[in-house]
Amino acid sequence: MSAITIPLPATPQSWSLPDRGKVAMAGLIIAESAIFTIFVVAYLFYVGKSLTGPTPRAVLEIPVFFTICLLSSSITVHLAQRLLERGNRGGFVSLWFLTLLLGGLFLFGTAQEWHRLIYERGLTISTNLFGTTYYSLVGLHAFHVTAGLVMLLIVLIFTLAGRVDRDQSGRVAVLSMYWHFVDAVWIVVFTVVYILGR
Amino acid sequence: MRLDNFLHLKRHAQNLLTRSAIRAFGLLSYVAAGFAQPSASYLSSTNIFAPASTPARSIFGLSLFVLAVTLVIFVVVAGLIVYAVVKFRNRAGDAEREPAQVYGSTQIELAWTVIPVLIVIVLFLATARGIHAIQDAPKPAAALDVTVIGHQFWWEFRYPKLGIVTANELHIPVSDPSRPTPTFMKLMSADTDHSFWVPELGGKTDLIPNRVNEMWMDPSRPGIYLGQCAQYCGTQHAKMLLRVSVDRPAEFEAWVRAQQRAAVQDEKARAGKHVFETTSCINCHTVSGTAANGRFGPDLTHLMSRTSLASGAAENTPSNLRLWIQNPDAIKPGSLMPSMKLNDADLDTLVTYLETLR
Amino acid sequence: MTETLHEWVTTVDHKRLGILYILYGLGFLVMAGIEALVIRVQLMHAHNHFVSPQVFNRMFTMHGTTMIFFVVMPVLFGFANYLVPLMIGARDMAFPRLNAFSFWLTALGGLLLYFSFLGGSGLYGAGNAPDVGWWAYAPLTAKAFSPGHSADYWTISLLVSGFGSVGTAINIIATVLCMRCPGMHLGRMPLLAWLYLVMSGMVLMAITPLTAAQLMLLVDRYLGGHFFDTQAGGSATIWMHFFWIFGHPEVYVLVIPAFAFLSEIIPVFSRKPIFGYPVMVAATIGIGLVSMSVWAHHMFTIGMNSYANSFFAITTMAVGIPTGIKIFNWIGTIWGGRIHFKVPMLFCIGFLLQFLIAGLTGIIQSCVPVDWQLSLSYFVVAHFHYVIVGGILFALFAAFYYWYPKMTGRMLSERLGNWHFWLFLIGFHLTFDVMHIPGLLGMPRRIYTYEPRPGWETLNMIVTIGAFIQAIAILVFVWNLIVSYWKGAKAGNDPWDAWTLEWSVSSPPRIYNFASIPVVASRRPLWDLKHPEDPDSRYE
Repeated sequence: MSAITIPLPATPQSWSLPDRGKVAMAGLIIAESAIFTIFVVAYLFYVGKSLTGPTPRAVLEIPVFFTICLLSSSITVHLAQRLLERGNRGGFVSLWFLTLLLGGLFLFGTAQEWHRLIYERGLTISTNLFGTTYYSLVGLHAFHVTAGLVMLLIVLIFTLAGRVDRDQSGRVAVLSMYWHFVDAVWIVVFTVVYILGR
Repeated sequence: MRLDNFLHLKRHAQNLLTRSAIRAFGLLSYVAAGFAQPSASYLSSTNIFAPASTPARSIFGLSLFVLAVTLVIFVVVAGLIVYAVVKFRNRAGDAEREPAQVYGSTQIELAWTVIPVLIVIVLFLATARGIHAIQDAPKPAAALDVTVIGHQFWWEFRYPKLGIVTANELHIPVSDPSRPTPTFMKLMSADTDHSFWVPELGGKTDLIPNRVNEMWMDPSRPGIYLGQCAQYCGTQHAKMLLRVSVDRPAEFEAWVRAQQRAAVQDEKARAGKHVFETTSCINCHTVSGTAANGRFGPDLTHLMSRTSLASGAAENTPSNLRLWIQNPDAIKPGSLMPSMKLNDADLDTLVTYLETLR
Repeated sequence: MTETLHEWVTTVDHKRLGILYILYGLGFLVMAGIEALVIRVQLMHAHNHFVSPQVFNRMFTMHGTTMIFFVVMPVLFGFANYLVPLMIGARDMAFPRLNAFSFWLTALGGLLLYFSFLGGSGLYGAGNAPDVGWWAYAPLTAKAFSPGHSADYWTISLLVSGFGSVGTAINIIATVLCMRCPGMHLGRMPLLAWLYLVMSGMVLMAITPLTAAQLMLLVDRYLGGHFFDTQAGGSATIWMHFFWIFGHPEVYVLVIPAFAFLSEIIPVFSRKPIFGYPVMVAATIGIGLVSMSVWAHHMFTIGMNSYANSFFAITTMAVGIPTGIKIFNWIGTIWGGRIHFKVPMLFCIGFLLQFLIAGLTGIIQSCVPVDWQLSLSYFVVAHFHYVIVGGILFALFAAFYYWYPKMTGRMLSERLGNWHFWLFLIGFHLTFDVMHIPGLLGMPRRIYTYEPRPGWETLNMIVTIGAFIQAIAILVFVWNLIVSYWKGAKAGNDPWDAWTLEWSVSSPPRIYNFASIPVVASRRPLWDLKHPEDPDSRYE
C-alpha cells in the first residue's frame, strides 16, 4: 500500500492548542516544585532536632527588605512583559533592568546573611541539622535565583542588541513564568525558615 | 471448526493446565515438606509456613486466607483469558470479515469495579486486624526484655534486667499459653540498617540507627530456630546469621545463671590471658572481670557457650577459632574483625585461653 | 542516502533519537543480563565461590540500577520519541533540540555509571562499581560506611540521567498537549499518547524526589552535611521515605508505557477497538494519582505504627483496582474478536496472564503482616521480576515485533519470533515461578551465599537454569533484529492492517513524517478510511 493521503474531513474552524513554551515551563515548574518540596519536608522534619550548635531563634534575622526586593521584582517583570507585548521596548528595558537589579539585591542580601552566619555566629552546613537543612534549602533557592538572573541578563543583552521586540513577547512571558515561580518558592521558604521553623 | 486445529488447541490448553497443575503441586509439596520438617540442628527449616509462636501463627492464618482469595481471583480471571484466547481465535475461513466493533459497556465496567472494591474491603479488614493484633499487643508483666543491637556483621543481645550481655545466639524461654512468658525485644543499630528475621518465630523487624523498634515472640515449642539478617547492611550481610534457642524453663534458668557469672579464671590459661590483655583485642571485646571492655565487637565472656563463631559463619571449634583470629577473611571476607598477626606460639596460648571462657 | 555517524550523533529528529534510545537500552540489557547471570551462577550452590562477596554486591547493585535506569527507561523513552509525534499527526516533538540534549544526558549517565568498573579494586574486583544496593539506603552510603567512590558513581550518574528523563518528560507533555493534528482533541488521541502523558507527569513528580535526595546525599558526603547522619541526630528512615516516594511511582512510570503498547497492539490483533477507552484513560490517571500514595509499602518492616501501616495497606490495595480494571478491559477487547496469534499477540497474552499473577502477589504483600515475612526475601524479588520481566519486558517485545516494520521497513521473522517467545516463556517461568519458593522458605535477598537449608540449593539451581534459557532467547531476539534488517520481508506501510496514523506513512517514514498534516475525525482514522460504510466517527 502506498502512503495513504488522509482526505480532509470538515476542517475544524479553529484548532488552537496551548503554547508549547508555556506548557513546557509549567512542566519544569512542577518538577522543580517537587524537588523543593522534598527539601522543605526535610527542613520541617529536622526542626528542633539538632543535637548541638546554634538554633534558628538564636541566629536568624528576618530578611524583610530583601524579601520585599524579590517579591517586587515579580511585579516589575510582569509589567515589563506587558510593555513588551504592546511594543514599548524602552519601557520594557527599564523595567527588565529593574527586575535584574532587585533580584541581584536579593542575592546580595543572601550572601550578606550567610557571611554573618558563618563568620559571626559559627553556623555552617556541617555544624548541625539546622545548618545542613538551612543552607541546602536557602542555597537551592538562591541557585535558582542565580540561574534566573543569568537568563534575564541574556534577554537584556539581546534587547540592547536590538533583537527583542513584540514578536518575542511570548518567550519573555515563558521566562517571567519561571521568575514568578522563583518568587513563589521564596514565599514558601521564607515562611518555613523564618516563621514556622523558629 | 477444523478437527486438527481443535486437537492442536486442546492439546495446547491441556498442556497449559498440566504445567500449571504440576507447578502448583510442586509448590504445595515444598510447602508441606517444610511444614512437616521438625526444627533441629544446623539445617533446621526457616519456613514461614511452620509457625511456632503467636505472631507467626497469626501471619500464617492471614496468609492462607489471602492466598485463597487471590487463588480464586486468579482462577476466574486467568480462566476468562484462556477461554477468550481459545474461543475467539481467528479461524482460517473468516479472514476478511471484521468482528462486531464493540466500544465498551458501562454496566460491565461498573460490575468489574464494584467487585474488586468489595474484595479490597474484605482483605483490608483482615489485614488491619492482623496488624493491630501483633503491633498493639499488650506486654504481660512476666515478659522477658531483650535489647537487640545490630552491628556490621553480628548481633548483640542484652538482657537489661538480668545483667547479661551476649552475642549472635539468643536464648529465650518457651512460653506456655496458660502462663505466657513472651520475649519483648527492643531493636537498635550501632551502624547501618539490619533486620531481625527468624521466620518460624515471627515476621521481621528492622534495626535502624537512631531509632528504637519493638517486636515480640512467644515460642510455644522448645528447640533451635534459625534466621538471618534480612536488610542489606554491607559486605557480609549474608553471614549475619541468627540462632534462637527456645529453652524449657529449667534450661533457661541454667543458661541465665551461667551467663551471669563472671568470666572463668583458669590458672592454666594465664599465659593466653596475658596475650589477650596486651593485644588490641581488648579495644573491641569485653571479657567481664578483665581489662577488656571494648564494645565494638562481641562480648567474649562466655564465648564457649555458643555453638558457632562469627555470627554463624563457622562452627565453634578450636581450629576455626584459631583461623578466625589469624585470618578472618578466610571465614568471612569483609567482616570488621582484623587479622591479629600473632606468632604461632601466642596464637596457640590465646586460643587455649579463649577455650576456657565457658 | 548516506547515513553518517555525524548525522546520527547530531540528529534532532525524533525517529532517530528514538532508535538511539532503543539501541542504547538494548546494549545495556546485555550488560545487566550478564550481571544477572553472574549472580545466578554464584547462587547455584550453597557456599559457592564463583565471585567474592564484594563483587557479588556490586553485581546486584549494578544489575538493578542498570535495568531500571539504563535499559527500561531509555527503551520506553525511545518508543515514546518514535511513536508519539507520528501517532498524533505531528512532524516532530515539541522541542527537538531539548530532545537530543536529554538523550545525550541519559547516555552520559549510563557511561558514567559503567566507568566505575575501572579503577578501585580493579576490573576483576568490579572496580568502584556501586555496591550499596539500587536503593542506596542511608547510612550505608555515608562516607563512614562507604568511604570509596562507589556511592558517588551511583549518585551522580543517576542525577545526570535524571535531568535527561525530566527533559524528555517535559517534551512529551508539551508534544501531546500542543502538537496534535487538527481534529484530534484529547478524546481522540491514541491511548498510547494518553498513557505517555500520564507517565511523563509522573516522571516530573517522581524522579525529582530522587534528585533531591541525591543532592542531599552529596551534601552529606562532601560538605559535611547531616541529612542522613544518624550520629548527628539525622534519620535513616527519611532517606527511605524520599527514595520510595520516587521508587514506587517509578515502577508505574515503567509499567504505564507497557500498558500503552498493549492498548495499541491487542485491538489490532483482535480486530476490535479497545474496550472502554474513557475508562482506560480514567483508570490510568487514577493509577498515576493513587500510586503517589503507596510508597511506604516498601517499608512495612521499619517499625511504623499500626495506623501508618494500615494506611499504606489500603492505598496499595486501592491502586490494584484501576489496574485490575485495565486487565478486564483488555479481556473485553479480545472478547468477541478474531484473534491472530502473530508474535506481538503472543507476547501480549503472556503479559496478561503474567501481569495478573504479578498483581496478585503484590496484593498478597499489601497484607501487612504477611509482608512482615515476605518483605526483603526472594518472594519480593520474584514478584517484581514478574512485573518487570513477565509484564513490562513481554510488552516491550510485543512493541518491538509490532513497530520494527515501521521503523525499518522490514518484518521481523515470525519463525525466529516464535523461538524467542517460547524459549523465553519457558525460561521465565522456570526462573520466576520457582523463585517465589525460597522466599517462602526464609531466603533473604542480596546475599552472596547461603547455608544449605532444606530446598534452597535445588530451587536456586532451577532458577539459574531458567536464567540461562532466557539469555539464549534474548540472543535469538537480537539475532532476529539483526538478520531481519537485511533479510526480513518488506513491510510496506501497514503490514498489520492497523488503524492509527503511523500506519498511514511509509516504512520507515520520511523525515518530515507526513506530506501534509492530517485532519482526523475519530480515534481510528485509518479504520474510517478502510470502512467508509461504518466509520468510528459515526459513533463519537
